[in-house]
Amino acid sequence: MQDEPTPIELIKAVADFLRNEIAPEIKGHNAFKLRVGINALDLVTRQQALEQGSDAAEAARLKQLLGMDGALIELNRALCEKIANGEVDLQTPGLSEHLWQTTMDKLAVDQPNYASYKRELGNK
Amino acid sequence: MIEEQLGRCVASWYPGATGVTGAAKLSGGASQETWTFDIVHPSGNVGAILRRAPPGYGASPGRAAGLDAEATLMQLAHDAGLPSPRVMHVLKPADELGSGFIMQRIEGETIARKILRDEQFAKARPILARQLGRVIAGIHGLAPAKLPKLREMSATKEIADLEREYRSFDWPRPVFELALRWLRERDPGPSQQVTLVHGDFRHGNLIIGADGVRAVLDWELAHVGDPMEDLGWICVNSWRFGEIDKPVGGFGTREELFAGYEEAGRTVDPDRVMFWEVMGTLRWGIMCCGMMQRFRQGPDHSMERAMIGRRSSETEIDLLRLLAPRGKA
Repeated sequence: MQDEPTPIELIKAVADFLRNEIAPEIKGHNAFKLRVGINALDLVTRQQALEQGSDAAEAARLKQLLGMDGALIELNRALCEKIANGEVDLQTPGLSEHLWQTTMDKLAVDQPNYASYKRELGNK
Repeated sequence: MIEEQLGRCVASWYPGATGVTGAAKLSGGASQETWTFDIVHPSGNVGAILRRAPPGYGASPGRAAGLDAEATLMQLAHDAGLPSPRVMHVLKPADELGSGFIMQRIEGETIARKILRDEQFAKARPILARQLGRVIAGIHGLAPAKLPKLREMSATKEIADLEREYRSFDWPRPVFELALRWLRERDPGPSQQVTLVHGDFRHGNLIIGADGVRAVLDWELAHVGDPMEDLGWICVNSWRFGEIDKPVGGFGTREELFAGYEEAGRTVDPDRVMFWEVMGTLRWGIMCCGMMQRFRQGPDHSMERAMIGRRSSETEIDLLRLLAPRGKA
């Protein structure tokens, strides 16, 4: 068992330092790059916090939809194949809901400020 | 060092020029660079832009029209009275600057967030969509006989290209599969109108001033094909920068864009435009994945490229909003 602090706590502490102490001191193109870097650290902390729960729910939905078991990536490959060859489509019960939930879970990690995501959060 | 070479080059075709000053690189990957500089002249300095592939980088990558074609298209647009920089000089081997061209520098803004939010563009925003409709109609109306050799594209070819590229990533994305399937099923077939297509008509490639559009830039993806592609591409949500209820670049409506287009004597097929908007949304998503691949495999191991990979999910939610909107059951 690894000791505390957790990876999330460590990354957050670094990101906050860069955001609050370093960013105001940097100008020009490096300021832009620093912002991208801070965004990357924030993304990692969101993924660490959310990934386990959303992956488990996604796998459960896929098993139900496909009637098979397997690793998450294999289940996704199987779904892709069925969509590509027309075995499932938007008329298939559960497919639209599954794609929406999976995509919302990705955006919650990748870009929670994306305008389409914020609109859809209030539009279930 | 580039100032010396540019100075010699400019002196060979610009009467009275005594050199150049203030050369600065604006952007550049390994194979293509853009520089800004001033031509020094007794009657006042003249702003100029160099767009070039440095010596040793001759061939342009897969889809690119090539710098010679870009120069020809820009000059054609300029001569037709469209907002486009004048091409001042096409580089020759003796210039020792690589291949490319030098054009007039046009002052204005290309950064979407400023164009959409800054007070100085407040008067431009309400007129832009209609203006851009007229401009893109002018581009589509350029005489086919005068065009340089360009790749010919169709919806069918574009779907196949996107699918091939997506499959090469070997990473399952059910929403992209759904979009590919949707596009294949609704492929409208060959377009009745086949014209010059700019190929990247959107924020970033448009110089905007307080008075509206001043120049169309970056003809790298120009090709011959369905003109509705350009109208669909500028409506892709990724270019709305948060203003998601204004489909044209976050500043205007489709109706305004279409009205401007038809004022210039051309016809809009709204269904085809919508088809190309879906295609464009998927295309940007696949381009984001491609940048992630180059981050992994290529020499450009930058955070920016890595993070763009995480923007492909933005196009997934936009594709779902287009193909499977919620709350309409």
